[in-house]
Amino acid sequence: MHVTLLTRLAKWYMQFDDDEKQKLIEEVHAVVTVRDAKHTNFVEFRNFKIIYRRYAGLYFCICVDVTDNNLAYLEGIHNFVEVLNEYFHNVCELDLVFNFYKVYTVVDEMFLAGEIRETSQTKVLKQLLMLQSLE
Amino acid sequence: MSGPFLPSVASAEDSGCFLVSLRLRMPAPIRLRELIRTIRTARTQAEEREMIQKECAAIRSSFREEDNTYRCRNVAKLLYMHMLGYPAHFGQLECLKLIASQKFTDKRIGYLGAMLLLDERQDVHLLMTNCIKNDLNHSTQYVQGLALCTLGCMGSSEMCRDLAGEVEKLLKTSNSYLRKKAALCAVHVIRKVPELMEMFLPATKNLLSEKNHGVLHTSVVLLTEMCERSPDMLTHFRKLVPQLVRILKNLIMSGYSPEHDVSGISDPFLQVRILRLLRILGKSDDDSSEAMNDILAQVATNTETSKNVGNAILYETVLTIMDIKSESGLRVLAINILGRFLLNNDKNIRYVALTSLLKTVQTDHNAVQRHRSTIVDCLKDLDVSIKRRAMELSFALVNGNNIRGMMKELLYFLDSCDPEFKADCASGVFLAAEKYAPSKRWHIDTIMRVLTTAGSYVRDDSVPNLIQLITNSVEMHAYTVQRLYKALLDDISQQPLVQVASWCIGEYGDLLVSGQCEEEEPIQVTEDEVLDVLEGLLVSNLSTPVTRGYSLTAIMKLSTRFSSVNRIKKVVSIYGSSIDVELQQRAVEYNALFKKYDHMRPALLERMPIMEKTATNGPTEIVQTNGETESSDSKHMPSIAQPANQANDLLDLLGGHDVGPVIQTALPTKPASAGGELLDLLGDLSLSGGPAPSPTPSVTISQPPFLLDGLSSQPLFNDTAAGIPPMTAYNKNGLKIEFTFERSNPNPNISVITIHASNTTEADMTDFVFQAAVPKTFQLQLLSPSSNVVPALNQGNITQVIRVLNPQKQQLRMRIKLTYTYKGAPVQDLAEVNNFPPQSWQ
Repeated sequence: MHVTLLTRLAKWYMQFDDDEKQKLIEEVHAVVTVRDAKHTNFVEFRNFKIIYRRYAGLYFCICVDVTDNNLAYLEGIHNFVEVLNEYFHNVCELDLVFNFYKVYTVVDEMFLAGEIRETSQTKVLKQLLMLQSLE
Repeated sequence: MSGPFLPSVASAEDSGCFLVSLRLRMPAPIRLRELIRTIRTARTQAEEREMIQKECAAIRSSFREEDNTYRCRNVAKLLYMHMLGYPAHFGQLECLKLIASQKFTDKRIGYLGAMLLLDERQDVHLLMTNCIKNDLNHSTQYVQGLALCTLGCMGSSEMCRDLAGEVEKLLKTSNSYLRKKAALCAVHVIRKVPELMEMFLPATKNLLSEKNHGVLHTSVVLLTEMCERSPDMLTHFRKLVPQLVRILKNLIMSGYSPEHDVSGISDPFLQVRILRLLRILGKSDDDSSEAMNDILAQVATNTETSKNVGNAILYETVLTIMDIKSESGLRVLAINILGRFLLNNDKNIRYVALTSLLKTVQTDHNAVQRHRSTIVDCLKDLDVSIKRRAMELSFALVNGNNIRGMMKELLYFLDSCDPEFKADCASGVFLAAEKYAPSKRWHIDTIMRVLTTAGSYVRDDSVPNLIQLITNSVEMHAYTVQRLYKALLDDISQQPLVQVASWCIGEYGDLLVSGQCEEEEPIQVTEDEVLDVLEGLLVSNLSTPVTRGYSLTAIMKLSTRFSSVNRIKKVVSIYGSSIDVELQQRAVEYNALFKKYDHMRPALLERMPIMEKTATNGPTEIVQTNGETESSDSKHMPSIAQPANQANDLLDLLGGHDVGPVIQTALPTKPASAGGELLDLLGDLSLSGGPAPSPTPSVTISQPPFLLDGLSSQPLFNDTAAGIPPMTAYNKNGLKIEFTFERSNPNPNISVITIHASNTTEADMTDFVFQAAVPKTFQLQLLSPSSNVVPALNQGNITQVIRVLNPQKQQLRMRIKLTYTYKGAPVQDLAEVNNFPPQSWQ
């Protein structure tokens, strides 16, 4: 089964060149897509680890230090996806494509400097709606 | 057309009509949605590229026109194209212009663009600093938020230095929305410029008294970061432990709080972060650890484990318990939690549990042992990383009590696992077997099992280890060689197995043929069959050069153990012209052994004595072996002979003489219990301790092994003896010792003396040992004798080679000591030899 690589959104909290970024994305893609349901959601990657979860056709991946709590970040991913779902009203992939800048806003509301920032879904949604009203 | 286009029409009038018409026809830049839709309709990569290039060109010209209205839209489109992978650096300056604009939408896109397109390495980003500074002080909190966010994501060290003050101010505001962002922005600042940490210290005072979860969460993150980076901060913040404990308690005890609830647990993220901070604070500090004990126990017992969230918290709790100085009851609780995790259906949780158990198995070995069976079950898991963890953990848990059961499971695992595991597993099995083997037979069986199932994955250094092990299990020789022989009949593709097997057959082939095995049904095999197998190895395509070397040597060894010597001679001579240099050298040397030194052959090819394990891996100093050396590293040198003792003994012999140190070799040994016997031989001599002299001329063992080591590789024996007459050195009680002389070719200072001992009496002289000492200016080396029985009635004689280094060309003198057993009684005699012919030392 051929899987084409399309990155819908990438947020970097460390400095990389464009080429390095591209290479990293390809590596992550290679590592994550070969795994199926019987594998764990954690993969060792260089000297970090990737925590990922698959929702329909999309993989959400977070790259963290080895010392971080795997399970907590898994919850973080889920939290994020739930917010997206609320904000876009039953989000689908096209929503993310056409409104990529809004998705970045959601990311920025929930994560900052590489750490989880806001965990309350209601609060995040409230803020997002406020920001939207400014446009 | 709208406003912006009019001026351009006016100015272009000079340039001509053509330009004007072009300008007039330019439409407004398309909307973002349009662009995305258009690009998605592209069916090939080339088509997409074309569209993108067209759009980029349009955007470029739009930028050149300094069009404020559509800048935002254009940059957004540019960002989209950048996300698809196309270059977009020409938009960087535009982002800056957007940031400087007053409109929120502009700023938003501008900052996004900055975060995506700019990074530290571009100088352009420094221009942002001023903008950010202004925005940090903006009246709208959302603008401030944007600025904080951008700074926190990609602020360089210079920017951080400039703006740290602003961030710190915002950390102290009452606006919780901003405080959250400021806290994490501070984290970023500290990461970039650690020296600025001090600056944020005063602001942290009140952070924990916040009610707002978001602020609390980010504050904890900030505190964690500070503590991780600076031990001073760590000690400073230790006093916060009670406060943290209280917060955690409230979280657990308080009822349902809809805002931060995840599957029934209130703000698990905050709980996890607090636990992490507690871990850092409690590490190696007794007081803090004690303060935490209760709350940790409470969290551990009260948390719901049905969902992943609960388990996430439990996991963090366990990590904390293991790291701080907790009391043992708590630790056992933690390990039990991990044990429960192992039974969980969710493989993520199993993985996480195995990882933690691996970390704690050293310190809490007994507690982890209780979960051994569950861990062993995990070997059968489908996920690769779980299997690996389970394997490592299983090896760590093996001990004397459970070795049999565990080994069964591990061997089963070895059979069925992926190749990437086999090497590690095999090494682990060997190590464990060595440490805890309940019996030698079990040990050998286990090794056989590994060799036959995973033979090709076994590491190179295990072959010599195994050989040593087999040699030392004396009573198992027959059983071992039989099993190895049977394995060879089945399969000759796995090189380590083949190498070990051929070595064993070479050593113990006589046991094989004589069918002496006690442990199992002895098989009937003839000498020819054995030689067939070994010769088969030599010609097979599957055998590596190393293996061929092993089998050739094995065949050679069998020449003293089997009777079909002619067949062996034939094989050896064939390989004298082999293309493989290694084989050729061996064959040539063995040929020489047959032809010229046949008298030495039995001694050289005798059984290997029990080897003592040397700590080092390199060539050992002292001795040569009696039998052969292996092609692997020479760990097998027996440290039997005590040359020092012999030397000193002779020094006693020669009393006040000015005698120099004597260098001697290992004496010939019987197959079993070699070392002990030798020491018995020397037992009646007065052994006074002294440092062993370092042997100079002995050849250090290295590749390729020289069979006749000890003898230099140059032709030692000059057949034209240069006419030095032989002499009788000793003749008493029927024992006659003759010396024959040769000059060593390359070094005329070395005289080579061969002693011939013969016996005219009617009884054999057994346990014959010849020792010699020379004056200080000489150096002497005794090589191995051909045997230690002088047969009666001149039926044969013992030969032994002595090399004497005589650099000062002084007259050669020698003291000799002879010991033997005659008719059951030990005999000992000393003599001086002074009648050396002048040609022997001049």
